[in-house]
Amino acid sequence: MSDRKTLQVQRISGHPGPVAGAGMQREEQVCKLIDTTTCIGCKACEVACVEWNDMPFQPTMFDNTYQTMPDTHWNYWNLIKFNEVTNEDGTFQWLMRKHQCMHCADPGCLAACPADGAIVQYRNGIVDFQEENCIGCQFCVSGCPFNVPKFSPTTKKVYKCTLCSDRVGQGLEPACIKACPTGCLHFGTKSDMLMLAEKRVKQLQTVSGFKEAGTYDPQTIGGTSVVYVLHDASNPEKYGGLPKNPRIPLSFTIWKNWFKPIGLIASMMAFAGVILHYVTEGPRRPQPQPPVKEVDGGEGKKEN
Amino acid sequence: MATSSQRFDRSTNHFINRIGLTVVYVGELLRHRAYTRFLHWAYGIFFFLALLSGFGIYMPWIFRWFTPLFGGGAMTRMLHPWFGLGFVFFFGLQAFNWAAAMKWGQGDTRWMKRLRDYVTNRDTIEPPDVGFFNGGQKLMFWEIVGGSIAYVITGVIMWFPEIFGRIAVAISYVIHDISALIMLAGIFIHIYLSTIGEPGTMQAMTRGTVSEAWAWTHHPAWYKQVTGRDPAEALAEARRTQARSSGDQSNQ
Ligand code: HEM
Ligand code: SF4
Ligand code: SF4
Repeated sequence: MSDRKTLQVQRISGHPGPVAGAGMQREEQVCKLIDTTTCIGCKACEVACVEWNDMPFQPTMFDNTYQTMPDTHWNYWNLIKFNEVTNEDGTFQWLMRKHQCMHCADPGCLAACPADGAIVQYRNGIVDFQEENCIGCQFCVSGCPFNVPKFSPTTKKVYKCTLCSDRVGQGLEPACIKACPTGCLHFGTKSDMLMLAEKRVKQLQTVSGFKEAGTYDPQTIGGTSVVYVLHDASNPEKYGGLPKNPRIPLSFTIWKNWFKPIGLIASMMAFAGVILHYVTEGPRRPQPQPPVKEVDGGEGKKEN
Repeated sequence: MATSSQRFDRSTNHFINRIGLTVVYVGELLRHRAYTRFLHWAYGIFFFLALLSGFGIYMPWIFRWFTPLFGGGAMTRMLHPWFGLGFVFFFGLQAFNWAAAMKWGQGDTRWMKRLRDYVTNRDTIEPPDVGFFNGGQKLMFWEIVGGSIAYVITGVIMWFPEIFGRIAVAISYVIHDISALIMLAGIFIHIYLSTIGEPGTMQAMTRGTVSEAWAWTHHPAWYKQVTGRDPAEALAEARRTQARSSGDQSNQ
């Protein structure tokens, strides 16, 4: 990907007219496709994530499922969630979903963050935390609809999946993609991934009998750079922590962008008000105040 | 000031009043004892620390220059709740100290109704029913009491989001901001009136005394209560004395 710009054709020998494809660029937005229907819960991606990101050891925790631990951790960004679901018709499903940052087009974490430069969104869609600028307020935690950012009480900073921005920047695919043995993980441009997802959804619907199969790319937050294929897209909640219509709290959008400045200006009116009062009405002095002296030009006539 | 002798802060109160100097000269009245003044400046300092550190986080794109004062963004965030707690602690003590004096009365409702006359300086002296604190001061006091409670509840929620959840944090954030904005507006008015807006007031919180003229001008009922004299008469007499002593023709 880093060679995308440099290897564009600029001039062609003996070629009439403009260069074909000049200024063309393949779509910038990258995407990870997770096909939950072919995930076998092997956790190879968990290990790859920990290894590539050189994470300190995080003890696992058994809570009566095959899940490595109940939730992601500041040093454990990628977790297969094992969900045992009994459907309304009495059938049973064992659902495995790879859980990590969704890299939202409209990231709630970024909207909520008050620190300059602590969260950035690259043009390719990756949402990345810059820990050196993080002030540890954890607002991003409350802004994220997927409960992704995790706070480290020791460093007082917040961490999450980077979509391997360091690898992607060098034209490589994320570590988890490389590790997946079943091919349930794919990585490419957003439109390619959506096309692939659609194909698979069609197959699930017509061949495998999953009538409700579908793609998860929630439009309430402008879509995501991590897209799921689900057996049952009508109820993503049963995959554990996938809201049907994820939303950013209004405090981090309307309040933060509009009412904060308006409120501040309203407050500062009090400052303007007292100065105006001093100039137009003047102070209230203890009575009786000394008599007012007449000076040239009638200054000092207004008496309180 | 009306205070109960059974107060829990009695020994601190007495101790600080004993070591704090309050000299009342002839022509002056005792307004605030050392303990009251100590509390006022203690929460005053914490208020500004919390205000500056808070606004550094409120809108960094304007107030980013506040955070270096506290050692950078992360340090500011770490200190802010402690400044807030410091403010609430000392203001809480003051609230007990002043609760009785701040009791809302009929006169205060009347005072609020004639706010316009007060702001436009229509009357040179306050109405005879204005006591130790006027309606505006009481309003400010109770606003701070309510605002402080809101600060603490919402602040603790934002401090420990893992306990209270993201929606509670999102709501708290707005309430915390509103509380700060109201107090910010209030503090401009407060500082103005206690300094250049009403000359002679500042002394009440520094030396602890005010002039008798200040008392009958701004708090006539209190003047009557502590001196036993009628404020209107006292003023009239002061006017006569002034006319006699200045004695030049520019005087009506
Ligand atoms: C430079 C800053 C400040 C100055 C010059 C100042 C001055 C004063 C003075 C002179 C009084 C006595 C008024 C009287 O006896 O009638 C007073 C009272 C009071 N102060 Fe302050 N103050 C300041 C900051 C603050 C802050 C930050 C707070 C809390 C948020 C505060 C809360 C109060 C309250 C509640 C009263 C009693 C009611 C009132 O007079 O409004 N003050 N202050
Ligand atoms: S999933 Fe959460 S942390 Fe990731 S980009 Fe979206 S809001 Fe931010
Ligand atoms: S904790 Fe989250 S919201 Fe707060 S500064 Fe760090 S990244 Fe931003």
